[in-house]
Amino acid sequence: MISKHHKMMSRYLLAALGGIALGAMAVPAQAFTVDIANGAEPGSLDPQKTSGVWETRITRALFERLVTYAADGSLVPGLAEHWEISDDGKQYTFHLRDAEWSDGEPITADDAVFALRRVLEPAIANQNANLYYPIVNARAINAGEKSPDTLGVEAVDAHTLRIRLTQPTAWFLQALAMTEASPLPEHVLANADDGWIKPGDTVSSGVFTLSQWQPQSRIVVTRNPHYYDADQVSVDEAVFYPIDDANAALNRFRTGEMDIAYSSVPSSRFAWARENLGDALRVGPLTAEYFYMFNLHDGQPLADRRVREALNLAVRRDVITDQILGQGQTPSFWYVPRNTANAPRGDLDFADMTMDERMARAKALMQEAGYGPDHPLRLRLNYNTLEDHKKIAVAVAAMWKPLGVEVELINSEAAVHYATIREGNFEVARYGMVATINDPFDFLNAYADNGSASQSSGYHDADYDALVAKSTRELDPQKRRQLMTRAQQRLLDGYALLPLYDYVSVHLVSPAIQGWEINPMDVHPLRYLQESEQ
Amino acid sequence: MLIYTLKRLLQAIPTLLIVITISFFLMRVAPGGPFDGERQLPPEIEANLMAAYHLDEPLPMQYLRYMGNLLQGDFGPSFKYKDFSVTELIMQGFPVSLEIGGLAILLALIVGLPLGIAAALKRNSTVDYMVMGTALTGIAVPNFVIAPIFALVFGVLLGWLPAGGWNGGALPNLVLPVVALSIQQIAYIARMMRASMIEVLGSHFIRTARAKGLNEGEVIWRHAIRPALLPVMSYLGPAIAGIITGSVVIEQIFGIPGIGRYFVQGALNRDYTLVMGTVVFYGVLIVLMNLIVDLLYSALDPQIRYDD
Repeated sequence: MISKHHKMMSRYLLAALGGIALGAMAVPAQAFTVDIANGAEPGSLDPQKTSGVWETRITRALFERLVTYAADGSLVPGLAEHWEISDDGKQYTFHLRDAEWSDGEPITADDAVFALRRVLEPAIANQNANLYYPIVNARAINAGEKSPDTLGVEAVDAHTLRIRLTQPTAWFLQALAMTEASPLPEHVLANADDGWIKPGDTVSSGVFTLSQWQPQSRIVVTRNPHYYDADQVSVDEAVFYPIDDANAALNRFRTGEMDIAYSSVPSSRFAWARENLGDALRVGPLTAEYFYMFNLHDGQPLADRRVREALNLAVRRDVITDQILGQGQTPSFWYVPRNTANAPRGDLDFADMTMDERMARAKALMQEAGYGPDHPLRLRLNYNTLEDHKKIAVAVAAMWKPLGVEVELINSEAAVHYATIREGNFEVARYGMVATINDPFDFLNAYADNGSASQSSGYHDADYDALVAKSTRELDPQKRRQLMTRAQQRLLDGYALLPLYDYVSVHLVSPAIQGWEINPMDVHPLRYLQESEQ
Repeated sequence: MLIYTLKRLLQAIPTLLIVITISFFLMRVAPGGPFDGERQLPPEIEANLMAAYHLDEPLPMQYLRYMGNLLQGDFGPSFKYKDFSVTELIMQGFPVSLEIGGLAILLALIVGLPLGIAAALKRNSTVDYMVMGTALTGIAVPNFVIAPIFALVFGVLLGWLPAGGWNGGALPNLVLPVVALSIQQIAYIARMMRASMIEVLGSHFIRTARAKGLNEGEVIWRHAIRPALLPVMSYLGPAIAGIITGSVVIEQIFGIPGIGRYFVQGALNRDYTLVMGTVVFYGVLIVLMNLIVDLLYSALDPQIRYDD
């Protein structure tokens, strides 16, 4: 017989249990946190002081641009809802949507004007400022010759931004998608420029705000409720870990600590990863080119075009991509990576010859140039420290040997290697060029008048320069492609360089994450990530 | 003692100044600068960068500028980590390196000293050979081999401990880095203690103690240990300074946010201010540790006295 006391107790117990059950249903589902192995510690999270993807991955999450990237890397409206480009291509008018900063202040066209002026200020020393030179007076401002308020940008009203260019520029919209062009909170920066990026305090416009930054340990970004599309975003929090050792990142991915691990498969573990990590391994083409830069200055052994052609003929690129690297890189007979948007066509003219034919021609050319068994060509081949660079250099040296070329391999650490190139102190130097915008301009411009590759290598061709300049002004994509193809062909016909392969990106993504897409620009906005249905 | 300490500290100042000056100019001699990276910059932009960091000034002027700031306690902003000053970076990283390094030394002493003593007491026995054999392996196998093996075995395959990360210094995250870091130290300390004990046990005053009729325990613990510790102590001074400023390898493999990586990464990045900051910091630590060791000497060995 249950006593009255016990009856009361059981009722209370039931009530308590019921309350707990109701409470449990009211408690929100567990927060969706994404842990990301991000490669290196950011040098800065100021979007105008960044220099690499490990930084822009984070700054793109914190700061929205006028135009932004979709999950597949294409351009879509960002802070600008729509825009018009004048018929002559020299005027852009952007109509901004209603949006606010994470401190509640409205985002206006003045913030965009402020940001574009700032990115060209000499004191900021932005590394991609040249991508904004098409704006009226931009170049002079960046050289310190004019004041920033003469820049050809104006806020017609709070929601309308007008940008005037000196000439039509086919890729200009791409330049506005970069973090350098993010509108910045003028109301914060007008007062204090230094130290405005502080966890918990940074005023941002993007999908996330910066909530924690422990140097060398972790960077935490949390969902920004003021973001204009906040209710479409699944991710509550993302944590970036600066793990610069690829093996360590791979280990922590395997233990489940990391959901996404960027560039975390060392070359030597690639085959293993492909067998054991299955779907988690994401490999895709990258808009980046690996090539050997030649020094064409007068007096250099490679000033002779015949030698350059011979060296190009003798290299079996498929051996390098298939046997040495084996990650799906594409052997390259061109300069601009094939999967760049609107990439020029055309390749080195021997792409159809058999290897025997190529070697025969190469030897003939070397003889013509005056080299032979009693007069070998001695070349220095510089590369920066990395196991793969060394393997490739050794392979290429071996491929050149039958031509009577004796190669001295010079390995230097990165800073020395690039300083050597800049100073022109090389004969053949390994180089890698990664696109900053999804456009061939970045690559072609390097070899054009006053471009970095033109200066270092000594390649000067007025016709090439004219074609590149003309292609930049050409707004019709088809015509533009033809111009760029002609330009690239001049470069290739002159054998100005030795292209080796188009890069691939190799990342690890947990099957628990959806919405992460492979694309050539290698951009993976957190905004689109979702948890997989389990 | 006090006067001796003060004298030593004053003597340290010119030493440090010389170290700083040599480091400053040596860093600049190295080819390449902080902005020599894969992305080659157009000349105007490079000019802007050099001006922003005063790198376009003549070198002696840059030196004076740096020394001027240093005397005011300003190590300057890091060239590479632009949102942080060098002081902030060192102040944030040092406690982490100190914790890992301090625990590693502690572990090394707790394990290494008894092992060395045991090996010395049971000379040429199985215990001795086992200890010395293991010690040799510990010294010979570099920690960039041991550390990844630990991470792989205990982190990935067995899943007992996290494969890396600091996690605010949580205990599971401390275990692998501390043990990996301590192994080499255990080996050194064990060998040194053993050699030192053997030497002390053969000395005259120990023979006297035994002749006096003291039991073995007293001979060892009251009389032999203290002088035997002296060589270990001299080793420990600079060793501690080295370990608590972080091991580059351990920090990189386990993702520990210490200052060890600043030494190497700083140099590779040509981050002049960061390298100078770490050099000064390390220099001061070495001076202090050597001073502490010398003071401890006089505590351990009654024959050593200063200020006379």
